[in-house]
Amino acid sequence: MSEPVLSTHGLRKSFGALTATDNVSIDLRRGEIHAIIGPNGAGKTTLIAQISGSLASDAGRVELEGRDVTSLGTEARARAGLGRTFQISALAMEDTVFENVLLGAVGATSGAWALFRSVIHDRNLTDHAMQALERVGLAGAHRTRCADLSHGQRRQLEVAVALTLRPRLFVMDEPTAGLGAEGSRAMTAFLDGLRVEAPILLVEHDMDAVFALADRISVLVYGRIIATGTIDDIRASEEVREAYLGEPA
Amino acid sequence: MIGERYVNGAVLIGLIALPLWALSADEVFTITLTTRAAILALAAVGLNIALGIGGMVSFGHAVFFGLGGYAMGILAFHAQTFSPLDFGLFALPGTKSMPVIWLVATVVSAFAAWIIGLLSLRTAGVYFIMITLAFGQMFFYFAISWGAYGGEDGLSIYVRNSFVGLDTLMPIQFFGLCFALLCLALLLQWRLRRSPFGLALNAARQSTERVQSVGLNPRQLKLLAFVISGAITGVAGALFADLNRFVSPTMFSWQLSGELIILTIIGGVGRLMGPVIGAAIFITLEHWLGGLTDFWHVWLGTILLAIVLFWRGGVIGLLTGKEGPHV
Ligand SMILES: Nc1ncnc2c1ncn2[C@@H]1O[C@H](COP(=O)(O)OP(=O)(O)OP(=O)(O)O)[C@@H](O)[C@H]1O
Ligand SMILES: [Mg+2]
Repeated sequence: MSEPVLSTHGLRKSFGALTATDNVSIDLRRGEIHAIIGPNGAGKTTLIAQISGSLASDAGRVELEGRDVTSLGTEARARAGLGRTFQISALAMEDTVFENVLLGAVGATSGAWALFRSVIHDRNLTDHAMQALERVGLAGAHRTRCADLSHGQRRQLEVAVALTLRPRLFVMDEPTAGLGAEGSRAMTAFLDGLRVEAPILLVEHDMDAVFALADRISVLVYGRIIATGTIDDIRASEEVREAYLGEPA
Repeated sequence: MIGERYVNGAVLIGLIALPLWALSADEVFTITLTTRAAILALAAVGLNIALGIGGMVSFGHAVFFGLGGYAMGILAFHAQTFSPLDFGLFALPGTKSMPVIWLVATVVSAFAAWIIGLLSLRTAGVYFIMITLAFGQMFFYFAISWGAYGGEDGLSIYVRNSFVGLDTLMPIQFFGLCFALLCLALLLQWRLRRSPFGLALNAARQSTERVQSVGLNPRQLKLLAFVISGAITGVAGALFADLNRFVSPTMFSWQLSGELIILTIIGGVGRLMGPVIGAAIFITLEHWLGGLTDFWHVWLGTILLAIVLFWRGGVIGLLTGKEGPHV
């Protein structure tokens, strides 16, 4: 089997006495959606932050396509092909939707050192940015200031910015949150098609989306992966039912 | 509400019309006052790039203003005393040529901004304000103790420096130079803001994580912005020294750093013409109110408070009806 696009080896992170990530080793294979589920406060966002480089790990390794990136910062990992979306939007709130995707296009072409070229007259950049918006269905709102977007639209914009990077893998933290039933279905359908472009490590609370999308599921509880497997494996697991799905065993 | 580009055009036309009127009315003092406003505006355009676009609240921009001033003072001092500038290994003659002085002011303040930025940008928020303030104080006290160039008393230059083809002693011609440099700096800011660099810098002010996660380094973006910002303020310092034909350590004072911040906020932080409107208002208040009362700073403070509380876009925001501080 080919080498995984992303793998973590014994990742740890503590906040004082709280162990938020406890010896986590997972991987993401080409063409798959690997969902990470778990109760609130299980450490999903913390794990994502360690993988994408915004939070330093206490121990363990992160590898992208076989290359150890543990010592690299967020921007280096982004350049290495990691496209992240945030649970709590990290967008330029005063800027328009279009400016935000444009930033992604600029980052993808590493063109931020051009001081005098006009960014909106660069058709390559603007087309690239607009395409990303069209794909998530946000093109109509491209002039809207980010601060005026709904929560769901911010999720869509997060995904659009990640798309502009043409990453080797996506790491998404609750991309359907706040979208409503209709929007959630549309996003689910979109992510379904996206996995052939690049695999997705998907943190998700919406179990309908998870069961519709996941090739594999890992269950994170108190910072530990208690089970990894197919949808059927996870459904059948007694431990998962007790710890998470809340059904009596 | 008025479109921002009309406001911008009106401000520039006003700024050039006033001294032309003063020339015909033989009001030399008004020309000098307008020149002062143009120079302060130039210094604040520099600050606005760091503060307005990059979100760096620098309380030490007087460093660059002062360095520009002393670049002028030292070069002109050596020229008027016919003594070479001794660097130990080699010596250089002084100069009375404005373009050379501006170049030196640019390079020196850009270099200082690079060093200060490199150290200060490890911090953010209040710590950034404090560390830049500390650098300002360092330069201030150094200038006071630098006896070779007048120390606390400063340095007088007898004749204004020269510019090919112009008589810089004519107030209107010197104003023309200052106005041209101001326009050049505004053009630079306008281009920068629209470039990929400006887009990224503007985003870095709002979300470090966003910029990092598209593969860009926010600290490097801010550092370059700080260097450009310091260089522009440095040129303004050289002009200011030439206007007064005098440099002194007060050019390094924290009050000056504070005034640059205040006038930028009054005009409109991050707005292209914010610093120009701010400087015009500042000079007007200083002149009119300063003549009426010694406590004119109280009124300045009141205006500042009103703007911070009610019109976050400054005067430009008020005129154009766009509320946000940045557009
Ligand atoms: N910077 C921090 N400092 C201290 N504790 C933190 C920090 N970040 C997270 N935690 C704690 O670590 C635990 C895991 O948080 P995390 O945000 O990773 O959970 P999560 O699984 O993403 O939860 P949710 O489903 O609500 O998004 C929580 O108990 C949280 O309070
Ligand atoms: Mg979370």
